[in-house]
Amino acid sequence: MNLTLKIWRQDGPEDRGRMVTYQVEDVSPDMSFLEMLDVLNERLTLAGEEPVAFDHDCREGICGMCGMVINGVAHGEQRATTTCQLHMRHFKDGDTVTIEPWRAAPFPVIKDLVVDRSAFDRIIQAGGFISVPAGSAPDAHSIPVPKNAADAAFDAATCIGCGACVAACPNGSASLFTAAKITHLGLLPQGQPERASRAKAMVEQMDAEGFGGCTNTGECTAVCPKGIPLDAIAQMNADYLKASPTS
Amino acid sequence: MSGILRRAGEWRVGAPIADTKAPAGPIEERWDTRRFEAKLVNPANKRKLNVIVVGTGLAGGSAAATLGELGYNVKSFCYQDSPRRAHSIAAQGGINAAKNYRGDGDSVFRLFYDTVKGGDFRSRESNVYRLAQVSVNIIDQAVAQGVPFAREYGGLLDTRSFGGAQVSRTFYARGQTGQQLLLGAYQALERQVAAGTVEMHTRHEMLELIVSGGRARGVVVRDMVTGEIETHLADAVVLATGGYGNVFYLSTNAKGCNTTAIWRAHRRGAYFGNPCYTQIHPTCIPVSGDYQSKLTLMSESLRNDGRVWVPLRKGDDRPPAQIPEDERDYYLERIYPSFGNLVPRDIASRAAKNVCDEGRGVGPGGLGVYLDFADAIARLGREAVEKKYGNLFEMYERITGENPYEVPMRIYPAVHYTMGGLWVDYDLQSTIPGLFVIGEANFSDHGANRLGASALMQGLADGYFVLPTTIGDYLAGATAFDQVDQDAVDEAVDRVKEKISRLLAVNGTRTADSFHRELGRLMWDHCGMERTEESLRKALERIPELREEFWNNVKVPGDSEGLNQALERAGRVADFFELAELMCVDALHRSESCGGHFRAESQDADGEALRDDDNFAYVAAWEWTPDGPVLHKEELDYEYVKMTQRSYK
Repeated sequence: MNLTLKIWRQDGPEDRGRMVTYQVEDVSPDMSFLEMLDVLNERLTLAGEEPVAFDHDCREGICGMCGMVINGVAHGEQRATTTCQLHMRHFKDGDTVTIEPWRAAPFPVIKDLVVDRSAFDRIIQAGGFISVPAGSAPDAHSIPVPKNAADAAFDAATCIGCGACVAACPNGSASLFTAAKITHLGLLPQGQPERASRAKAMVEQMDAEGFGGCTNTGECTAVCPKGIPLDAIAQMNADYLKASPTS
Repeated sequence: MSGILRRAGEWRVGAPIADTKAPAGPIEERWDTRRFEAKLVNPANKRKLNVIVVGTGLAGGSAAATLGELGYNVKSFCYQDSPRRAHSIAAQGGINAAKNYRGDGDSVFRLFYDTVKGGDFRSRESNVYRLAQVSVNIIDQAVAQGVPFAREYGGLLDTRSFGGAQVSRTFYARGQTGQQLLLGAYQALERQVAAGTVEMHTRHEMLELIVSGGRARGVVVRDMVTGEIETHLADAVVLATGGYGNVFYLSTNAKGCNTTAIWRAHRRGAYFGNPCYTQIHPTCIPVSGDYQSKLTLMSESLRNDGRVWVPLRKGDDRPPAQIPEDERDYYLERIYPSFGNLVPRDIASRAAKNVCDEGRGVGPGGLGVYLDFADAIARLGREAVEKKYGNLFEMYERITGENPYEVPMRIYPAVHYTMGGLWVDYDLQSTIPGLFVIGEANFSDHGANRLGASALMQGLADGYFVLPTTIGDYLAGATAFDQVDQDAVDEAVDRVKEKISRLLAVNGTRTADSFHRELGRLMWDHCGMERTEESLRKALERIPELREEFWNNVKVPGDSEGLNQALERAGRVADFFELAELMCVDALHRSESCGGHFRAESQDADGEALRDDDNFAYVAAWEWTPDGPVLHKEELDYEYVKMTQRSYK
C-alpha cells in the first residue's frame, strides 16, 4: 500500500517545529509502524536528508520507549497497543497518517518525535519504591499475599511508563502513571509501612513537575497500552487524602 | 581499522589462565570463604570511593542500587531515556531459584547440577554453585521490594517448570517476569538517586574505557542529546551492558543492544570469553519480510502446555486443522520422550532446524514449526490457558494477525542470548584490574548453553549479592591507587572523537543499517545454528571485505552535535564488525560441538552435539592484539558433576 505521512519535524527544543509531508510506497501489511518509519528513514538518508528521530528500543511493547501520536491518538487507534506493536494491516492504501510527538509541557521535545520524560523518573524517586536494602529481606514465604491482592497489584504494576496517558489527557495529567505505582505497592503487605508517605510524596512531585490535575475524562486509560484502569486514580486520591492530614 | 587479521582466521595461543581466584575447599563453603576473606571498606571511606556502573538492566540496576545502599559514590549510565527501559524488561518466562517450595526434590545442588549439565559442561563449577546458593536470596529480595510474583490461593508463591529441569523452580509474574524484576531494581535505584548516592546519566552511551596505571579508571561517554563527549573518572568501573546478539542484526534483543562497551574494553585489554557461544531460542515468531527489524520471542513457558509438531509428510501444505493426528510428527516428544517439549533450548532449536531442512517446515518459506495449544485448551479450558498465557497469545496475534486459540502458533528459532562475554574471575573482575563485568556482558555461568529462567537469576545474583561483596575487596586498596594519568584520558577521548569524525566523513552510498543487515545475514548463515569449518572460513574471508566497504562507503547523515541516531547506530555496527570476526575465529578453533555451538563435523549417530572433552574442556579467553587474537585457555575441572554426554531422551 501507499501512504501519505505528515510528520512533526523539530530540530531541537528551541525550534518552532512544523509538519512535513512524505510519501511512502509499497508498505507491507505485516510491517510494524516503526518498520514503516525505518523504510522512510533509509530513503531519507540516501537522499541526503535528515532521518526522522524517534525513540524506540525493545520493539515488543514492553520497554515503554516508543510513543507517537498517530492520527491524533497516542499510540494510534488500535486499543491497548504500543506504537511498536501497531501493524500496518490496520491502515489502507491511500491513507494519510499524521505523526506527532507526545505534547505536554513537562515532556519537552528534544528532536522531532523524541521527548524528555525524565519527570517520570523523578516521580518514582519521590517515593515509588519499598525501602529494602539488598540482603535485608526475610524469607519470601514469611508473608503470604492473598492471590487477589497479588493479581491486582500485578495489573497496576504492568505500567510501562511510556507517557501515553499524559499525551492523551486534556490536562496533561500524569495521574494514571503515578496512581499505577501507588496502587501496585499499596495493595501489597510489603508496601504498607510507606503507603501514606509514598502517596503524598509522589503526588506532590507530580504537581511540581507541572503535570495537570485529573478531571476524570478517562482518555488516559483509553490509550494505555497496558489497560491500567481508572480505578487506580481513585486509589491514589484515597491514599493521598489519608496521608495529608497527618503530615 | 586496526584489528584486521594478517590472515583471515588466524590466531595464536598464549599462556593459560592459571588462577580464577575461586577459594579452595568444599564447593558449598567457597562463597562463604570468599565473603569472609574479602576486605571490607569502612562506611566513612565508602563515601570517598567512586564507582561507575554502565547499563541499568537487572545486573547494572541492582548493582548500582546496592552499591549506593552500601554508601559508595555511584555514577550510573544508560543509553535509554530511563534506566527502566533496559532490555531485561522484556524477559517473559521467569526466574529460577532453589527454594524447593514445592517439595519436589529441588535443592541448591540440583540447580547447580542442572545448570552445569544444561551448559554442556563448559562452565565453572565454583561460580555456578554460588549462583544456585544466591538464587534463594533473590526471590526474598524481590518479594520484599513488592515484585508481584504469581501466587497460589493460599497466598504462597506459585512456580512452574522450564526447559532442562524436572522440578518446578521457576518463579514468575505472568509473562512479564523480567519487567517486574527490573522495575524492582529500577525502583531501588531511583531510591538511591533520591538519596544522593547514585548520580544517574540517561541518554549517555559509553564509547571508551579509560585505563590508567594498569587499572580501569573511567569511561568516555557521549551525551546523546547534546553530542558532547564527556569523561567520568572513578576507582572502579562495572560493565553491565548486556549481550551482543544484535551482531546477527535480527535477534530478540532490543534495537539499541550493542557490543560497544565490552568491545572497547576488550580492545583495552579485557579478555573475551567464549565469544562463539550464542543461544538460539527455539520459540520466536518467524521472519515475515525483508523490512523485519527484530524478532519477537514467545516465552519458553509456552512449551509447558504447547505441543511442537510439523507434518509427517514433506511438502504437506494443508491448513493445520486438516492434518489428522496420525499425519503429524510431534518430533520433540518422539525423539526425547523423557523431556518431550521441555528439552533445553539448543536441542529444541536444532530439532526445528532439522525438520525444516527436511522440507517439513510450515508457513512462508517453510521456516516454521507449529506450537499447538489445542490439547491444552481441550484439557484445561480456554479460560485457564488464557490466564496463564493470555498476554503472549495477544502479542502473537498482534504481530501475525492470527489467533493462536484457533490456529496453532508458528514459531522458529532466533538469536536470543550470548553466553560469551568478557572473561571474569570468581570475583567478576576482568583481566583489567578494576574492571568488573556482570550479567549477560560477562561470559559467566551458563557454559555453552543457558537454561531458561537463568538469565534473570544470574543478572540479579551478580548485581545484588556477588559484585557488591567482591568489589569491596578491590576498593579496599584504592587509597594506594595512583592519580589518573591525563594522557590516558586524552588518548581515550581522541580515539572516540576520531572514530566519530571518520564515520561522518565517509559520506558514501549505503546506510549503516544496510551493512548491519548484511553482516547479520552472513553471521546467521555461517556462524549460526550450525557451523562448519568451511562456512566459518567463508565468513572470515567476507567479514573483512564487508568491513572495509563499510569504512569506505557508509553514509551517516547529520553531524556530531545534538541527537543523531544514525551516528549512534553506525558506531555500534563498526564494533560489531570486529566482534563478528572474533566470534568466527572462536567458532572455528572450537572444532567440537557443545551446547549452542554446533559444529556439523562433531555429532553423534543421532545428530546430537558431540563434545570433545579431551581437547576442549576449557574456557577460550581471547586477548586482543594488533596482530590478531591470542587464545588463553582456562581449564575446567569438574570435581562435583561428572562430565557425561547430555541426554534428554
